[in-house]
Amino acid sequence: MKNKMEINHFSFTYKGAKAPSLNNITLPVQTHKVTSIIGPSGCGKSTLLRSMNRIHDLYPGNTYEGEILLLDKDGNQQNILDIKKENEFIHLRQKVGMVFQKPTPFPMSIFDNIAYGLKLTGLKNKHKLYDYVEKSLRDVALWEEVKNRLYDDARGLSGGQQQRLCIARVIALKPEVILFDEPTSALDPLSTLAIEEMIFELKQNYTITIVTHNMQQASRISDYTAFMYLGDLIEFDHTETIFIRPKEKQTEDYITGKFG
Amino acid sequence: MEKLFKLFAQLSASFVFVILVATVIVLYITAKPAIEEFGAHFIIEPRWGVEVTQNKPTDRTPAGATANSGTTKSAVSDHTSTTDNSTADTNSSDNTIDDSMDTPMDDSMDNEFGSDENIPMDDDTDTGQANLPDTAGKNTKILYGGAIPIIGTLFSTLIAMLFAIPVSMGIAVFLSEIANQHVARPIGVAIELLAAIPSIIYGMWALFYFGPFLASIFGGHSVSLLIAGLVLGIMVIPFMAALSRDAINTTPDVLKESAYAMGATKFEVIKDIIFPYARAGIIGSIIVSLGRAMGETMAVAFVIGGVFKFAHKLTDPTTSIPVVLANNFAESSGISMNALFYLSLILFVVSFITIFSAKYFFLRRH
Repeated sequence: MKNKMEINHFSFTYKGAKAPSLNNITLPVQTHKVTSIIGPSGCGKSTLLRSMNRIHDLYPGNTYEGEILLLDKDGNQQNILDIKKENEFIHLRQKVGMVFQKPTPFPMSIFDNIAYGLKLTGLKNKHKLYDYVEKSLRDVALWEEVKNRLYDDARGLSGGQQQRLCIARVIALKPEVILFDEPTSALDPLSTLAIEEMIFELKQNYTITIVTHNMQQASRISDYTAFMYLGDLIEFDHTETIFIRPKEKQTEDYITGKFG
Repeated sequence: MEKLFKLFAQLSASFVFVILVATVIVLYITAKPAIEEFGAHFIIEPRWGVEVTQNKPTDRTPAGATANSGTTKSAVSDHTSTTDNSTADTNSSDNTIDDSMDTPMDDSMDNEFGSDENIPMDDDTDTGQANLPDTAGKNTKILYGGAIPIIGTLFSTLIAMLFAIPVSMGIAVFLSEIANQHVARPIGVAIELLAAIPSIIYGMWALFYFGPFLASIFGGHSVSLLIAGLVLGIMVIPFMAALSRDAINTTPDVLKESAYAMGATKFEVIKDIIFPYARAGIIGSIIVSLGRAMGETMAVAFVIGGVFKFAHKLTDPTTSIPVVLANNFAESSGISMNALFYLSLILFVVSFITIFSAKYFFLRRH
């Protein structure tokens, strides 16, 4: 089975920066597995994640090298770095969803937050919209909590609920890959647990890549782990291997808490 | 220090309230004779400074017209002796003069506003006591009504807002979302410079260039309601655009990114995310501009015409409340002064109601 995404010899330079922020990264992302990227702050893990749906392109002037291949349903690989037209970007971002560090509920009702992406795809049928909204909210275990106030402003929810709403919003679009950018760093332990359990459920249907500061989280939920340091990918392997028998000294120092 | 700071903050906050109350009280007290004289009918009465005879017709003509404030010299032919106000509209079309009655009567209204005796005053002296037995055997009074300036104010502000809101939103969105930094910065500075131009300069510019230019396109006079509205709009655009841009800039990047990450286009992000998020700030900018447009005096005085006539077309000249106040204040005393204060009280109340209803309708939580 081919990898869902393959990052090959990828380098990334921010606008105006002299040195690249990512050097020659090669990382496979396997289908229906959770791949976590760990590393100290500033190592480029979020930069890498944000390259995978090209959200960087909202700010012009950044430069890429290498290729990021995305497997489509017919088994063809497309290099997403070749995308130039706006409608192709939209298509890419609907296939590769993203959840951010802080909850970002849109300034609208809970229902509309989830229906928003669906409406963008052209779905207008009220009953279908309602069904999709209900299903997405059930998938993130939020339905029971919000079913009586679907039409209230989403910003009235608690932080953990908001983050689950944001995940529901992404999975309502039925993406193929979901990117999580430190999704629990702003949440309390209970909400974190809820989201980790959810990610565990989601991997049956989705390919997941998660950036995290929290090494315990990486060891709990991921199948593969990549360790990055100063823009380089130091080591990539099965999560157990990385945490029990790392090959590189730097990896061992980081996961045992000697630095970082 | 802590306590001192707290005290200072409380004092400054109550200062605002004191000023507000004091203004209203002074306006009310000074306007009181006019309020008692004309009552609520003032608002729908279109005649201003027109002498009418009570009870019995008289053939007395006004002694003469005095020069008044900027508008044409008066030749009041409209001295119809009518007590019936239902004919107001027909009369009003002739009253191109604000006030020019100069009847030789003894000055019974000897109040603090009574100014120099040598200058022929425009107000009749017996008007305040129209109900008293008339010593001269004549029973005339001068009518003051605010309908024309009130309508003029409302419509010029409406035109200004209709013009300014879309343009300002376009500028604000362009500066904050579309233009890159190299373009947005100089335009932003230019907008702030425009906001610093005194309104009288806008008035002069509009009188000499903008008005004739518009008149050559739309026809009509080079002073008119339309031109006044557009000049007001141009005046408030820098404010509205700058404040709205700042409001739009408060939208967190990550919120926009999450919308883009769901496949939204730039237009959809602006429409569905940025505007709802920045709504309070944008409405605030509109309200501030609205208040400014309503009370604007100099720019409007140059281009609205200052005549007491309803504008039947957009290109007709008319007048507005601040313009009436500015044009007539120097020559007023007695009841005409009270009438001007009545008018300013109405302006105050109208602004108050407009701003509060705007806040209520647009800023309540859904």
